[in-house]
Amino acid sequence: MKILTVCGLGQGTSLILRMNVEQALGDKGIEADIEHTDVSTASSMQADYIITSNELAESLRGHSAKVFIVNNYFDMDEINKAIDENIVN
Amino acid sequence: MMNFLEESMVKFGVDADDAESAIEAAGKLLLDEGLVEQTYIDAMKHAYIDNGPYFVLAPQIAIPHARPEDGVKEASVSFVQLKKPVVFGHSANDPVRLVFGLGASTSDEHLTLLKKLTGILNDTNNIATLKTATSYEDIKNILELER
Repeated sequence: MKILTVCGLGQGTSLILRMNVEQALGDKGIEADIEHTDVSTASSMQADYIITSNELAESLRGHSAKVFIVNNYFDMDEINKAIDENIVN
Repeated sequence: MMNFLEESMVKFGVDADDAESAIEAAGKLLLDEGLVEQTYIDAMKHAYIDNGPYFVLAPQIAIPHARPEDGVKEASVSFVQLKKPVVFGHSANDPVRLVFGLGASTSDEHLTLLKKLTGILNDTNNIATLKTATSYEDIKNILELER
């Protein structure tokens, strides 16, 4: 399973999200290959899932990956819930 | 020593009228410590204008940054607590009270700093402390835990 966490520049925000998504998946025992990147790079990358903010989700419409949103990157409850609802393991 | 929320890189009760001046305030703390160039602060503001407020990544918390090649000398994190909430235009997390200026670098230190910051902000008690703090003394304890 390939997962991208995506932000505008691919330097800071997406890396923070990646750390917490890795933590959440690890706790659930789900194995995944996770990368963080910027929006334009993500558009041309192959992935099963993309996790990003509401503000950037629109520009990833049409991507073959399932795109889902996390609003609070520091809320592990929200991240866990988003994973449970969207990722089919 | 890590350039992570040292006393000289933290400011409380800062006045900012809009998102750009809030970003400027966080960037200036990095500039004054010689950790970034002025070009980096300009790039932080341009990133906001071009890509929107996606870096408001939790309620009331913004982490503005730009690219390492925009003028970062050392990986670094500053903190500005705004006196009044400032609207950045984020659909879920507005308005902003806490601004962390991130000097993004390609070094391993960048990752270490982000891990520390995430460690602090994953705890809502720490966020409450950052909102009400009036001096460095008030936040020292939560920083110690992540050192």
